[in-house]
Amino acid sequence: MIEVQHIYKSFEGATVLQDINTSFEQGKTNLIIGQSGSGKTVLMKCCIGLYDVDEGNILFNDREFAHLAEKKRQQIRQEMGVLFQGGALFDSFNVEENIMFPLNMFTNMSPKEKKERVNFVLEHVDLAGTNRKFPSELSGGMLKRVAIARAISLIPKYLFADEPNSGLDPKTAERIDGLLSDLTKKFNMTTVINTHDMNSVLQIGEKISFINKGKLWWEGNNKEVLKTDNEELNEFIFATALTRRIKE
Amino acid sequence: MKILHQIGEYLYIMLQAFKRPDKGFVFRRQLLLDLKRIGSDSIGIVAIVSLFLGAIIAIQMAYNIDSPFIPNTIIGFSTRQMMVLEISPTFISMILAGKVGSRIASEIGTMRITEQIDALRVMGVNPANYLILPKITAAVIYFPILIIFSIFLGVVGGWISSIVTGIVPSAEYINGIRDWYDPFTISYAMIKTVVFAFIITSVSAYKGYTVKGGSVEVGQASTDAVVQSSILIIFFDLLLTQLLLT
Repeated sequence: MIEVQHIYKSFEGATVLQDINTSFEQGKTNLIIGQSGSGKTVLMKCCIGLYDVDEGNILFNDREFAHLAEKKRQQIRQEMGVLFQGGALFDSFNVEENIMFPLNMFTNMSPKEKKERVNFVLEHVDLAGTNRKFPSELSGGMLKRVAIARAISLIPKYLFADEPNSGLDPKTAERIDGLLSDLTKKFNMTTVINTHDMNSVLQIGEKISFINKGKLWWEGNNKEVLKTDNEELNEFIFATALTRRIKE
Repeated sequence: MKILHQIGEYLYIMLQAFKRPDKGFVFRRQLLLDLKRIGSDSIGIVAIVSLFLGAIIAIQMAYNIDSPFIPNTIIGFSTRQMMVLEISPTFISMILAGKVGSRIASEIGTMRITEQIDALRVMGVNPANYLILPKITAAVIYFPILIIFSIFLGVVGGWISSIVTGIVPSAEYINGIRDWYDPFTISYAMIKTVVFAFIITSVSAYKGYTVKGGSVEVGQASTDAVVQSSILIIFFDLLLTQLLLT
């Protein structure tokens, strides 16, 4: 479980996050939703330690993280898998080398064990046999799946995904959502996903935190999200013609 | 204030870079890759430029020193001295600043804007150490080899031009390159080369590492890396010449 306790974050005087107090539960897909610029990416970057919080704390299974020195954060970071918006695969490495990278850095596995782990995670993301391909040879959906494979190669306790569906067609996006949800259950991970994709919200939103103007506006799940009377959340959910038509 | 901030930032990144690598074999693998990218891939341009510069120096020497009181051996001697003292260590280093420096800045800068450096950090890897240290090490190892090669080819270039144009007989040119040899000139050239190798790789890596924005900023960082490295090379050339040759 990840506990976010009253965190504040500002950049050059502009407050981006104000008193965010929430938790992300183990074995569930926890979604952070909100409009572009609402502060959800900043919140995720605070959780993974790319930004330091101004106030408040972040606990990973009761272990303090936000105020640790960079070196002491490493241990918790090795229990994290992160899927960046663009995949962030290393261009000069092929698929196998990309997935093997965390294994090379943090394990003493033999080459055979590493190879087996690479094939194991590639099978889980339905990309068996693509070991020798380079990122430039992959489609957008395949890139995201390789990035997921790399993120889970150490079988992390915590999985973070920043807008995993951005730039993907609806069918591929749904496939990525399904994959993240299945992996969360299979490895009992605490998964945190940043998204503004309503299909993801409805499909895999076991816990949803709605961020608006840097504040936590609403919390609930995918069953409650359509029934809420929260005005700002409704504005966000029913912003498109499609969702408005569904509501009608 | 901005320059002080940049110097502080540069020193902080270098401190991060010069830490003990997390995994020795990963560092060695990166080092081998960088030896190829930074060193071996530069052999061609170094060879062409050095050969032609040596040839040009020999012809210009012959043109300018047209006196019966000055022996023809001076052409070989001057070509060697110019290649050893200045042309190879400084001029070739500036060409390498253009080739290697822009490559390093754009490679690391692209990794920055595509979140690859963030990915390294989140994985618990020290990105400065992983990305910058092998590049600096590769340049410090390989540049002296390239410069020795450049000196040799420059002298050969001068010899070829002497024969082809007939400005000086082959034997006199060869006698000239053997005249008044001071081994310290080679040490001086190597000291300069190692300093320039460090400047080129560290400044370029710093420019790439601190990029913010998109492709335009990566291009700007690449240009800045070449310009700033070249200015620092000239400045340190003067400083080292004053320190070592006077």
